[in-house]
Amino acid sequence: MTSPAPEAFLELRDLRIHFPTEDGLVKSVDGLSYKLERGKTLGIVGESGSGKSVTSLGILGLHKGGRAKISGEIWLDGEELVGASADHVRTLRGKKMAMIFQDPLSAMHPYYSVGAQIVEAYRIHHKVSKAVARKHAIDMLGRVGIPQPDRRVDDFPHQFSGGMRQRAMIAMALSCDPELLIADEPTTALDVTVQAQILDLMTDLQREFNSALIIITHDLGVVAELSDDILVMYGGKCVEYGSAEDIFYRPEHPYTWGLLGSMPRLDREPTERLLPIKGTPPSLINVPSGCAFNPRCVYADRTEGKSTSQVPELLETEGGHLVRCHLPRTERRSIWDNEIKPMMEST
Amino acid sequence: MPGSDPPGHPGRTIVVAFIVRRVIAAVLMLAVVSMATFAIFFLIPRALGQTPEGMASRYVGRDATPEAIQGAVKRLHLDDPLIVQYGRFAKGIVAGEDYSLGPKKAECPAPCFGFSFNNNQPVWPTLVDRLPATLSLALGAAVLWLVTGVSIGVVSALKRGSVLDRAAMTVALAGVSLPIYFTGLVSLSVFAYTLGIFPGGGSYTPITENPVMWFQALVLPWITLAFLYAALYARLTRAGMLETMGEDYIRTARAKGLKESTVVTKHALRATLTPILTIFGLDLGLLLGGAVLTESTFSIQGVGKLVIDAIRGNDLPVVLGVTLFAAFFIVLANLIVDILYAVVDPRVRLS
Amino acid sequence: MRKTNALALAALGTVLTMGLAACGGTAGGGGNTSSGNNATGDAASAAKHNDAYTKVVNPSDAKGGTLKYALSDEPDSMDPGNTYYAWNWNFSRLYSRPLMTYTAQPGEAGLKLVPDLAEAPGEVSADGKTWTYKLKKGIKYDDGTEVKAADVKYAIARSNFTDELTDGPKYFAQYLDSGDYKGPYKDKDLNNFKGVETPDDYTVVFKLKAPFSEFDFLAANPQSAPVPQAKDTGVDYEKAVVSTGPYKFESHEVGKQLNLVRNTNWDPATDSVRKQLPDRIEVQFKQNAEDIDNRLIAGQIQVDLAGTGLQSAGRAKIVNDAKLKDSTDNPFTPFNRYAMISTKVKPFDNIDCRKAVQYATDKVATQAPWGGPLGGEIGTTAMTPTTVGYKAFDLYPNGADHKGDLAKAKEALAACGQPNGFEANVAVRGDRTKEVQVAEALQASLDRVGIKLTIKKYPSGDWSAQYAGKPDFVHKNNLGIMIAGWGADWPSGFGFLSQIVDGRFIKASGNYNMMELNDPSVNELLDKGIQTTDATARNEIWAQVDQKVMESAAFMPFVYEKTLIFRPSNLTNVYVHPAWGMYDYTWLGVKQ
Repeated sequence: MTSPAPEAFLELRDLRIHFPTEDGLVKSVDGLSYKLERGKTLGIVGESGSGKSVTSLGILGLHKGGRAKISGEIWLDGEELVGASADHVRTLRGKKMAMIFQDPLSAMHPYYSVGAQIVEAYRIHHKVSKAVARKHAIDMLGRVGIPQPDRRVDDFPHQFSGGMRQRAMIAMALSCDPELLIADEPTTALDVTVQAQILDLMTDLQREFNSALIIITHDLGVVAELSDDILVMYGGKCVEYGSAEDIFYRPEHPYTWGLLGSMPRLDREPTERLLPIKGTPPSLINVPSGCAFNPRCVYADRTEGKSTSQVPELLETEGGHLVRCHLPRTERRSIWDNEIKPMMEST
Repeated sequence: MPGSDPPGHPGRTIVVAFIVRRVIAAVLMLAVVSMATFAIFFLIPRALGQTPEGMASRYVGRDATPEAIQGAVKRLHLDDPLIVQYGRFAKGIVAGEDYSLGPKKAECPAPCFGFSFNNNQPVWPTLVDRLPATLSLALGAAVLWLVTGVSIGVVSALKRGSVLDRAAMTVALAGVSLPIYFTGLVSLSVFAYTLGIFPGGGSYTPITENPVMWFQALVLPWITLAFLYAALYARLTRAGMLETMGEDYIRTARAKGLKESTVVTKHALRATLTPILTIFGLDLGLLLGGAVLTESTFSIQGVGKLVIDAIRGNDLPVVLGVTLFAAFFIVLANLIVDILYAVVDPRVRLS
Repeated sequence: MRKTNALALAALGTVLTMGLAACGGTAGGGGNTSSGNNATGDAASAAKHNDAYTKVVNPSDAKGGTLKYALSDEPDSMDPGNTYYAWNWNFSRLYSRPLMTYTAQPGEAGLKLVPDLAEAPGEVSADGKTWTYKLKKGIKYDDGTEVKAADVKYAIARSNFTDELTDGPKYFAQYLDSGDYKGPYKDKDLNNFKGVETPDDYTVVFKLKAPFSEFDFLAANPQSAPVPQAKDTGVDYEKAVVSTGPYKFESHEVGKQLNLVRNTNWDPATDSVRKQLPDRIEVQFKQNAEDIDNRLIAGQIQVDLAGTGLQSAGRAKIVNDAKLKDSTDNPFTPFNRYAMISTKVKPFDNIDCRKAVQYATDKVATQAPWGGPLGGEIGTTAMTPTTVGYKAFDLYPNGADHKGDLAKAKEALAACGQPNGFEANVAVRGDRTKEVQVAEALQASLDRVGIKLTIKKYPSGDWSAQYAGKPDFVHKNNLGIMIAGWGADWPSGFGFLSQIVDGRFIKASGNYNMMELNDPSVNELLDKGIQTTDATARNEIWAQVDQKVMESAAFMPFVYEKTLIFRPSNLTNVYVHPAWGMYDYTWLGVKQ
């Protein structure tokens, strides 16, 4: 049974995506909720395996018909998608919601020209002739900043440079003016100058189309300037959620601190980490008892043992800023203000 | 850099240059193959102490007099230095040769692969005579196995783990493991001798003589041969399909809102089929050089049957002829596959 | 020695035929000469196993239909002058008529020669060196021209004196007094061939180097069938043989297919042995051997041309099905399968050591690889039961059950001065599975009396040229026992024995007298026999030779080979001809 349609353009309610495997149940996404309005940008941050990509594929309905067990609700523009038919969700894909994938070399079909792949995307949702679609594809390529788009339209993905391919990928995703755009690690494979160009392009286009944008990344730096809100995921759960300001200036979760400490900065060696996150991401089958982050948490001993025995709740700390941590709020503030922040500023 | 890359499809000059280069390489390769075969049948026996008379005695009757054996040595030129013998063979291919068959000299016009030591028939016309049977068998079976093998593989991959998948893969395993000799004889026994639906062994008739009989006689050989390959191809397709379906570009295709059927046929199948096409070309090329087991089992007088009998009978000219013939088809198949590959996969360049 | 289909033989399994009950009844060749012409009623349903061995099964004079033959191998040549296959000497009579041939009757009567192209058997001169044959008048080729004596002479010249036609035997070259004649391909003038004279168009005179009283047997070889010189194309002649028999070539794709059709110029009045029942005869070469059996059993073809019998799978089917078994015959082939014990290699140079082997051998065990009783009858003589002159005897009775008389063997060993046995080698063609199995059985047999055999395997291709047929090699490698086989080119004691027991035939290479028996009394008896014109007296002498050979203890027969051949129910007029141990191919018809 689903609850009444929300006001928000996109809302996830207690989304769970579990995969049964021979080794056990993989809880890739385990109780995730958030909202996103048109014209707004949400950054989802987390290590690989934290469930951020699985969530977005879930929104697109790409787990339907597979092995995944999905529960909870996904509301998009007043429609619930978890319970909707696969075929109906398919008609929304590409048109209502679109996705920009990471690594466009593998995400684009090697045997079809870039133009053909955009044309295909366009013609799924628009009954137009090939010639019209081709013209549109050239338009789109031009708009994402590909020079001589009328010539490059027939090139194959491998003939494009990395940045060009990413632009083409964006052109493909935007070809049907989607209202929800999900960008999964859109700049991972690119060098820094190109990264900035692509990010600028995406925000420009978002403004132009007034779409809702989700940027998924493991790199806080990418979302720092673009996002209105930021969601930090760990072990399939949201561990901290807040406005960009909250996350960057008043972060309260030890994992977020770790991510902030890993941000590449021009004044530091790229490999040097101020606050390394020790250990590896948690197993999604045998999730550590209590707080999933506890084996890696430097401050776990300050929770009076709750860290390993109780799963912490996601609680509001102030004005829409949510944190999932056993540390008392004062303790968290104190650690940030007195231990982390000075260390980050000193270098 | 924008615009600096050459177009993805091979240009005509590139293709021509490529073909010329490959043809030259192929001719060289055929020469090497012929030398190697020649060496196996002539040099090695000589090195092991075989005399020209000893070799000639194989090709005369059991009670042949020393004079008759000497005659055979002379007739087959077994006493010439090996290099001269090889030279004569090579010259025969280009310029033809004359042979003594009795009262008169027999002419063997180019391309003359010599005369069979065992039945004194010129090799080239024999090869040409046997080719249509092999072509009929190989091409028919190829169509059959490609269609069935690939469809079963695709369905199996899409219904991975289902009863259908398991059943298909079990049958495919059987198909790969069972020898043609066995499946062929069983199918003959059941469908030809017990049920009488199809004609029995040895009933191959050229299509030019009787197309209906041609078809009927080939049904069982086609199925038998195709069974083996279909099994292989089903497994290959299934594995390839499973791999392809996990590719990022398939996810992209779905994310665009494509129907699953389009995703499978247009995006997944095309990528899956490309490597299979390569294997298919080589398999077919190999088969055109003779489907030895199937031809033997069903008594089809094709190139394969010819060569297996020639090997058994130490009939060097025939063995050499068929080897070169088969090598030619394999080289040709390679060439076609390479060109096709470049057409299908834009990332591949002919160079 | 005739060729058999080596592949077919090698493929005969043994496992499946183990433990079969002996199929007796016809051992010894039988003397029943009842002709199928007199039989009436539906013989097809009543025919039993081995019936065609003694009488004509499915007798019928119904004409028409297509008779289908299949052969797993390809022939050396379909040219009657250029072939050494027994089946081809039988089959080629459909389109070629030699001077003499065998009576068309089952059993011993079939071994009697009758004139074919000739009017009467050869007339021999007083010195035994000139044989004269008169040709029947009015015998025509398929193109209507008449057969002339010169064509017979030419046929002998081309088949025996040319380098090109190498596949047939060369007996005429061996026995005819023809000087250094170069053959008709090098010497175009046939008058230079002095071995054969043709005083007129209907008389052929053979001039021999020495008396040879069995010349009629040579004249029965298809090499004496006439060939017009103008039509001879040498090796290619097999593509279009000119016919004198009831059938003629319609088409012949060498190594693939031969089609024969009725020859309207054949006059049955001149022919006492052949019939002309089917409209058409088709032969497929190079057919899958196992499939041939299945097609026979299904009635899709009528005859396995090689006449060497069913393969292992086919045999298994037969022995498990009484009804199918009734459609088979189990005749002797001309082959004796035996071991030769070297008289030169120690310790076998001592006759008692050879005798020890004779007594100790378990002949049931050595019979098994040939397919048990269906594959051969245990042998005790050098000649086979279907040889003219054969007499049954057993000099080395090795127990009532033939499993060996170990006490006698030990006695012999003691007499040889080797009471505890000794070590020796047995040579075998390594690629002949059955012969290897025989060697293994022999090894196990002799082990019981302390004779330790080591099996030495050699390739069959050079077996007689390089290995067992080369006495030097035999001596150097101490090959005490050699596993071999022999089939006669004509079914007489001389035809069978001369090559393998005559001490004067011991050759430095290509030797078939591998035991190197050089017994003057044997040699003399052979000479005496071949000069004896009286057949009865002559055949008596062959039996004596056999006795002498066996007395040497150097020759140890395993089995008189038998085949299991299938006769489909739609095959008519079927009987086993004793000269070939297969059906008489000139008699067969097909039910439509």
